[in-house]
Amino acid sequence: MNLFGDAFGWIFDPANWSGGFPIGQAIGLHLYYTFLSVLIAALIAIPLGYLIGHTGKGREIAVAISGAARALPSFGLILLLVLVLGVTRTAVGAFIAFVILGIPSILAGAYSGLQAIDRRTIDAARAVGMSEWQILTKVEIPLGLPLLVGGLRSAVLQIVATVALAGYVNLGGLGFYVVQGIPLRDYSQILGGAILIIVLAFLLDAVFGLLAAAVRPRGIDTRRTRSRTPRPSAAVETPTT
Amino acid sequence: MIEFRDVVKQFPDGTVAVDGFSLQIPAREVTVLVGSSGSGKTTLMRMINRMVDPTSGVIEIDGQDVATIEPVKLRRSIGYVMQNSGLLPHRKVVDNIATVPLLNGVPKKEARQRALELMDTVGLDRAMAERYPSQLSGGQQQRVGVARGLAVDPNILLMDEPFGAVDPIVRDELQQEVLRLQRELGKTIVFVTHDIDEAFLLGDRVVILERGGRIVQVGEPEQILAHPANDFVRTFVGADRGKRRLSVRDVDGRRIVVDADGHPAGVLDETGGTAASTGAAAGS
Repeated sequence: MNLFGDAFGWIFDPANWSGGFPIGQAIGLHLYYTFLSVLIAALIAIPLGYLIGHTGKGREIAVAISGAARALPSFGLILLLVLVLGVTRTAVGAFIAFVILGIPSILAGAYSGLQAIDRRTIDAARAVGMSEWQILTKVEIPLGLPLLVGGLRSAVLQIVATVALAGYVNLGGLGFYVVQGIPLRDYSQILGGAILIIVLAFLLDAVFGLLAAAVRPRGIDTRRTRSRTPRPSAAVETPTT
Repeated sequence: MIEFRDVVKQFPDGTVAVDGFSLQIPAREVTVLVGSSGSGKTTLMRMINRMVDPTSGVIEIDGQDVATIEPVKLRRSIGYVMQNSGLLPHRKVVDNIATVPLLNGVPKKEARQRALELMDTVGLDRAMAERYPSQLSGGQQQRVGVARGLAVDPNILLMDEPFGAVDPIVRDELQQEVLRLQRELGKTIVFVTHDIDEAFLLGDRVVILERGGRIVQVGEPEQILAHPANDFVRTFVGADRGKRRLSVRDVDGRRIVVDADGHPAGVLDETGGTAASTGAAAGS
């Protein structure tokens, strides 16, 4: 059990928060890699997912791509891209790998969010005179937001875990402590780095959990209840009777 | 006036939903398209606002071919009320009613004010304005749907089995509400239903359809009941069933109308005469 004590000792040792490779900077870099990758993945996957979800075309292809991409071994993908692109462009290779790993869940979140909407609601929106663009922006996107955020949440978790592997290709981040610690047999550093990664993942998951609750459209979760309250509460689950 | 001329609709899978349909729908009256499922009645109605485009043939509104009008613009000029109300679940009642005016660029405050007035028109308490559709009963949702259909003050109102999913008591109430609204507003209403009683109650004219959108009979409810065109209509309207075969019996000096099974249907009003017969007098 002393191992954990040592690991926390390592984490809270002020010496590790300054000097050549401070923890604060590693966390910052880790988050930077994560969010930039998720951002790029989202810029590719969300428009594509909305296109598929709105038109209903290409759904099979999207499912196949998502499934195949999820099966990709992340470590192998990073090493492969880094080798292919050469050691001078390590960062580019790693980023491409992170983005590729983030796309499937975001794509799935975007199109399934649209697919899950009652067809009659969309038909009605069209029948009263909404243009296709208005149907997308005023009906489909707001109603599909919870599933999209769910997709982003999985992508963030997938990438935050994978960025740990960036340490292997000398890009820093929290994985660096683990990678550096192994040859040094510095178990408190290895475990300390691992704990930091886990805590970071938990925190991000919690943030996205809150975000998911915040974007759930009002009026939705009371669907099957005929409550007499003047206002629905988006955050509270109403038990169905 | 809405006119269908030789309209054919074949869906991509080969089914012919409508096969050579021609009809004139007079303005400011309620025309009910009635038929069983597969009769093409909903397809016919959806061709009026171009939710479905015909394979061939022409549909005109006041002499203008709808194919020449941009669908979004056309739909915004026609009220549409559907079975499940079709309300946007993430918008409040008042915003649902104001949907189309807002799309047309009416300022939000004005659109909401008008929506509140429409709630009065369709008999909804203004206190419900800030609720979401899921917090309303089925009947209330349908009223919101009707209010939304009326929001741009359209000349034409399309109603696609609007009361099919509500319970009989509420349906009855909503039907009376439609009759009242029509007396006040005098819209051109095209109403689709599979319920012949509803058709007879609401229709100034009733169009009975068979598979493929073939018209079996068109006429006022009384005419159809008095002279069913063929056996199909006779069976469909139930003219040979107990409920519509009424006879008069004297009970203690009052004339009671009973159906074929002997169940009392009502008291004969000998002063009322013909005007009280059906809702047909409500239109024009």
